[in-house]
Amino acid sequence: MNTEPKPIYGDGNPETHPLTWRLSKQEHVRSADDYEALEGYAGFKKAIGMQPKEVLDVIKAATVKGRGGAGFPAGIKWSLMAPNDNSGPRYLICNADEMEPGTFKDRLLMEKLPHQLIEGMLIAAYTLEATQGYIFIRGEYIEAAGYLNEALDQIRAKGYLGENIQGTGWSFDLHVHTGAGRYICGEETALINSLEGRRANPRTKPPFPQVAGAWGRPTIVNNVETYNNLPAIMLRGPEWYIGLSEGKSKDPGTKIYGASGKVKFPGLWELPFGTTAREVIEDHAGGMRDGLKLKAWLPGGASTDFLAAEHIDLPMDAESIMKAGSRLGTCLLMVVDETQCMVSATRNLEEFFARESCGFCTPCRDGLPWAVKALKALENGEGKKEDIDHLQELTRKLWIGKTFCAHAPGAMEPLMGALKHFRGEFEAKVVNAAAQVSNAEQV
Amino acid sequence: MMILTDKKPRVNVEGILTAEEIHDIEHHIGHYPYPRAACLDALKCVQRRNGWVDDAQMNAIAQMLSMSVADLEGVATFYNRIYRQPVGRHVILLCDSIACFLMGAETLAEAFQRELGISFGQTTADGRFTLLPICCLGNCDKGPTLMIDEDTHGLVEVTSIKQLLEKYV
Amino acid sequence: MATIHVDGKSYEVNGSENLLQACLSLGIDIPYFCWHPSLGSVGSCRQCAVTQYANPEDTRGRLVMSCMTPAADNTYISIEDNEAKNFRASIVEFLMTNHPHDCPVCEEGGHCHLQDMTVMTQHDRRRYRFTKRTHYNQELGSFISHEMNRCIACYRCVRYYKDYAGGTDFGVYASASRVYFGRPESGTLESEFSGNLTEVCPTGVFTDKTHSERYNRKWDMQYAPSVCQGCSSGCNISPGERYGELRRVENRFNGDVNQYFLCDKGRFGTGYVNRADRPRQPQFRTAGNVTTVSVDQALDTVIENIQAKKVLGIGSPRASLESNFALRELVGQENYSTGMSQKEQNLVELAASIMQTEGVYNPTMREIESYDAVLILGEDLTQTAPRMALSVREKQSQRNGSRAPYSRMVG
Repeated sequence: MNTEPKPIYGDGNPETHPLTWRLSKQEHVRSADDYEALEGYAGFKKAIGMQPKEVLDVIKAATVKGRGGAGFPAGIKWSLMAPNDNSGPRYLICNADEMEPGTFKDRLLMEKLPHQLIEGMLIAAYTLEATQGYIFIRGEYIEAAGYLNEALDQIRAKGYLGENIQGTGWSFDLHVHTGAGRYICGEETALINSLEGRRANPRTKPPFPQVAGAWGRPTIVNNVETYNNLPAIMLRGPEWYIGLSEGKSKDPGTKIYGASGKVKFPGLWELPFGTTAREVIEDHAGGMRDGLKLKAWLPGGASTDFLAAEHIDLPMDAESIMKAGSRLGTCLLMVVDETQCMVSATRNLEEFFARESCGFCTPCRDGLPWAVKALKALENGEGKKEDIDHLQELTRKLWIGKTFCAHAPGAMEPLMGALKHFRGEFEAKVVNAAAQVSNAEQV
Repeated sequence: MMILTDKKPRVNVEGILTAEEIHDIEHHIGHYPYPRAACLDALKCVQRRNGWVDDAQMNAIAQMLSMSVADLEGVATFYNRIYRQPVGRHVILLCDSIACFLMGAETLAEAFQRELGISFGQTTADGRFTLLPICCLGNCDKGPTLMIDEDTHGLVEVTSIKQLLEKYV
Repeated sequence: MATIHVDGKSYEVNGSENLLQACLSLGIDIPYFCWHPSLGSVGSCRQCAVTQYANPEDTRGRLVMSCMTPAADNTYISIEDNEAKNFRASIVEFLMTNHPHDCPVCEEGGHCHLQDMTVMTQHDRRRYRFTKRTHYNQELGSFISHEMNRCIACYRCVRYYKDYAGGTDFGVYASASRVYFGRPESGTLESEFSGNLTEVCPTGVFTDKTHSERYNRKWDMQYAPSVCQGCSSGCNISPGERYGELRRVENRFNGDVNQYFLCDKGRFGTGYVNRADRPRQPQFRTAGNVTTVSVDQALDTVIENIQAKKVLGIGSPRASLESNFALRELVGQENYSTGMSQKEQNLVELAASIMQTEGVYNPTMREIESYDAVLILGEDLTQTAPRMALSVREKQSQRNGSRAPYSRMVG
């Protein structure tokens, strides 16, 4: 167990901590000059010296996965982008609408290393021949939006943004678009709708955004951390990138891991993929607070299944967590200690999902409130056995393909995990209710 | 082509919005291929004046963005942080998502309600504070977290509520 | 042409429709709410779920929404599969968690799509014991009543009013289980086609207020196939009568003319039929006295008055061809006028001759929807042929991108 908080950047070595090593030199790197003095924009300059197709091959070879929680390989997503026929704008969007409960990595990356995101977006935009980019940042990240805007002004002055960038013939500009608070805006197609000034209902796919996205034009949406990975991949190459997690995981590269809940030192640490949950909790977060014992944990955000204490030696990568019956998500884990009632925690999670539903499809709109009410009834000692059975039934009905988007299935994941590993706590609530009734009758 | 009779009177935008607001909105419109995309920015900009957006301002914004009031209302009522009814001088947003919940956000919420004498969704009688729940603020390693106006506060304890609220008159 | 396989039976279909449409056309029942033949599919209600199999050997299958799945060649589905049936019943169950169950006092009862679909899915036991969400209603004018508690959020109203009819004062507000459909504030609906909300809405949220005043159940009405006389578009209607009163006018489907929609003038503008002061029997007025007489008496009197006198007959373009013809026969061609000025008469005869001899194609209103460009000369189409204006609007909305294929979204 570490007895002191550990910094996010480990030993500050650029070879092993590509995302955060610069923070070992400065508390934050917000000026373009400071960033360039620390290898900043070197990856970008290398990329624009190549052909877009060549850069795409590098990104595909690195097999870098999306960091928004779905883990879809970015190179494959990009390769589905409609070819450039010069028929109109092509959009590159950064999903900086970080609202998955328990997730706070993008905030740090944008507040402390705004240029790293921009450099990644420039590399992507060049590869995809994008003409206009938007950073869709949640409205509550006011400071981060400010730093990003300042950073954009700085690099416009340097000629990395605008018409005919660095003489390549490619023109691109970036704009920071701020949201106004809705979790569903984090869904790719809902984000596009929100960007267009509409209600943030998701869209059906097909058509995919790569073919018809924002305003009907080819569009790519990627997460903040995904873009942050690109400069180092360009600089040091795909083999180096894959080697970062060698021996630990098939998922390449490093990841910003995090821990919150009642650990001694909640925070963020850049670690190679495949780091186990135990390492994160005990070697970086200092272990549980004194006197508390770990009961359950969520691997990566509210929309992942609860796992139990027995699972903390699992490597935190997509395949291992999936085999254990959960989902990797964002890799920012949340710990639940033994004094926390699982029924209450689940009720809090489902309240969040029910409130954030967009209201488009029936199972999500009408099924989630039912789950909340059943959980509340159980929590208050008014629950019945049918409520638990019905909650189990809901986890089957509000599933992928049966709902319009992945919001309700995400809501069902923690419920499934809670019922699977902690069903006893739910059933105990029903027993309490029966005891209360019979006590009342005796009186 | 307007097939349907446009019965709506044109509103006098200059009489409703300030010159600065109009200028800001026009500046935002310039960043998008269609003016409608600036509606959230426009709503947030106008909301800064009184803390909320009233009907007249909605009409003015809709006209500037060439969209119907119904569409604008649909957007305004969808998003958590656009207010279409009066709020206090300061809006307190308490995060009630799971990470803060695990750190005692519900206890904190009860304390806030006791301290202010109101429940969620209400405004204090002196018009000073409106108390609202909000979903995850992305500050989970410092839970419980809350926002007051544009400030984010982490690691808030029940005992520090009074001191925290002091600077918001 | 395509072959689809439904529960082991094979059917030939045209291959360009979705599965829901194809099955319904074949007479196979699948429940649905949000799909509408004129509004397309959005996939929001999730009611039309069927199990689709990858191939004949696949026995597991997966649930798909039939309105969002093309009825392509070699599609294998099952409607009767237990998982699909259970799922469809649960969708109704979900909708029923908030529904007020006020059928006995709801005007939609008897012609309510929600009632029909509920019976079709066989959901009939209430397990939900918690509270319902409720809404305030709006005053939407003298034609349409608003009862939001009955809403099942199929989004048909807003898709029809905004996307199809181009209306600007109606929308969807709020989110999650509180979604609300109405105007930004109470007030008369401005669209000339607002009445179709009463037929497009599958529940009793929007009902015909003109019928409410003298309400009766659908099964107590007599209908007759008719044609609206409000303008010369000739929309097909089904007027409903009870006790000698015209109670309501509903749309009668005609694929070439009005399809599923009417204008408000035709739907709500028939109040004059029931006016108390409308003469229902012949009357004589003499020196301030009004006496009722029989038809025979009246006819005899008229004949007596005009016999052997020179009589001019002035017809009207607003009366039927039959009436005009009969009048001309009575007074003789040289004593008959169509009621139009000579100049206008000449123009009409010229127009008719051009239409008949110059090979000018006279499109149906349905065909207008598919045209690339429409030129309207000196005419306020919305007032003189409203349903045609809707067809032109529909054509335009498909072109200007407001219903571009990527935007299968609402709001």
